[in-house]
Amino acid sequence: MADAHPLPAGTQAPDFRLQRAPDQTVSLGDYRGQPVILAFYPADWSPVCGDQMALYNEVLSEFEGYGAKLLGISVDGAWCHRAFADERKLHFPLLADFEPKGAVARRYGVYRDSDGCSERALFVIDGDGIIRWSYVSPIDVNPGADGILRALDAVASEGTPA
Amino acid sequence: MTRRDAGAALTLPVGKRDHVQGPVDAAVTLVEYGDYECPHCGRAYPIVKAIQQRMGPRLRFVYRNFPLRESHPHAQQAAEAAEAAGAQGKFWEMHDRLFERQFALDGEYLIEYAGDLGLNVARFRKELEGGVYEPRVREDFRSGVTSGVNGTPTFFINGARHDDSWEFEPLLAALEKAAVVIR
Repeated sequence: MADAHPLPAGTQAPDFRLQRAPDQTVSLGDYRGQPVILAFYPADWSPVCGDQMALYNEVLSEFEGYGAKLLGISVDGAWCHRAFADERKLHFPLLADFEPKGAVARRYGVYRDSDGCSERALFVIDGDGIIRWSYVSPIDVNPGADGILRALDAVASEGTPA
Repeated sequence: MTRRDAGAALTLPVGKRDHVQGPVDAAVTLVEYGDYECPHCGRAYPIVKAIQQRMGPRLRFVYRNFPLRESHPHAQQAAEAAEAAGAQGKFWEMHDRLFERQFALDGEYLIEYAGDLGLNVARFRKELEGGVYEPRVREDFRSGVTSGVNGTPTFFINGARHDDSWEFEPLLAALEKAAVVIR
C-alpha cells in the first residue's frame, strides 16, 4: 500500500464506461444522484478477493439502505467476471477494466504496474460524483465493509458539499 | 490472514442482550462472531471450549451471529434456532448441538434438536417459522460488519479484534496477555 496514490477525498471521480457483461456496458455517470462504492480488487478467483466479494454480497442490503450502488472492478474480462459472479452468486455488477488494461485503475491511482492488476482499493463517491473516501488495503488483506459504511454514514449525514 | 493496519474494535459493547458464559468481572472477554454452517467456525468450536476449560472463571465468552447467508443456505435459520432456544433458556445447549451437528442443519433437524433439549417444540417451531429472531440475528450481523468482521470466525479480545491465528496456543496466549494488562 506504500506506493499507491489513490485519488483523495474531495476529488471529482473520473467518469468511465466499462463492460459489466459481455453484451452490456455501464458508466459511472449512470449512477449520478446516488452514492457509488467502487471496489477495485486484483483478480477474480483469488481466495482473498473471493472472501471480500462474498462479504460485500452479504452486506449488500446495508449498502442499499443508504441508496448506494456497489460496483466491483478488476482487470479480468467480462466472460471471466460472468463465470466468477455465477459461481459465487454475486448480486452486484463486476466491471471489466480490461481494454485498455487497467485504464480506469490508473486514473484512480490504484494500478500496480509490477503485477499488472489493480490494488485492493475502495472509493465512496457521492451523488454529485465527488470522491468522499478512499482506502487502499494491503493486497492480501480483506478490507471488510466497516470503512465503507462509515463513509456512507458521513455522506448521508453531511449531505453533499456545495 | 485478516491482519490490518488500523485496529478494528467492537462497536456494540457486550451487554444484557448478549449470550454470555463466564463471570461479568472476568479478567478477559472473548467475543466470537460465528456462523453455524461455517467449517472454520466448526473447527474453532472445540478450541474455544478447551480454552474456556483452561482459563476457567478468568474468561468470559460471548457468541454473536454472523451468518453468511449467500454462501451457507442453512446459516441464518440455524442462528435463529439458537436464539429461539435462548428464549427458552437453552441458548448454549443449542449452540453446542449446532456446531456438533453442522452437517445436519435442515429445518426438521432443528425441530428434532429442540425436542432433544426439552424445549417447548410447538413454541420453538412457531417462532422459527415466524422469523421472530430474524431482526436479532440481523442486529448481530450488522454490529459485526461495523466492527470490522470480514469473515468467520472473527474474535475480539477485550473489544479489540484479534487478527492473529485462533489456533489453541496463539489464542490462549493472546487472552492471557490481555488478562494481565487489565489487572
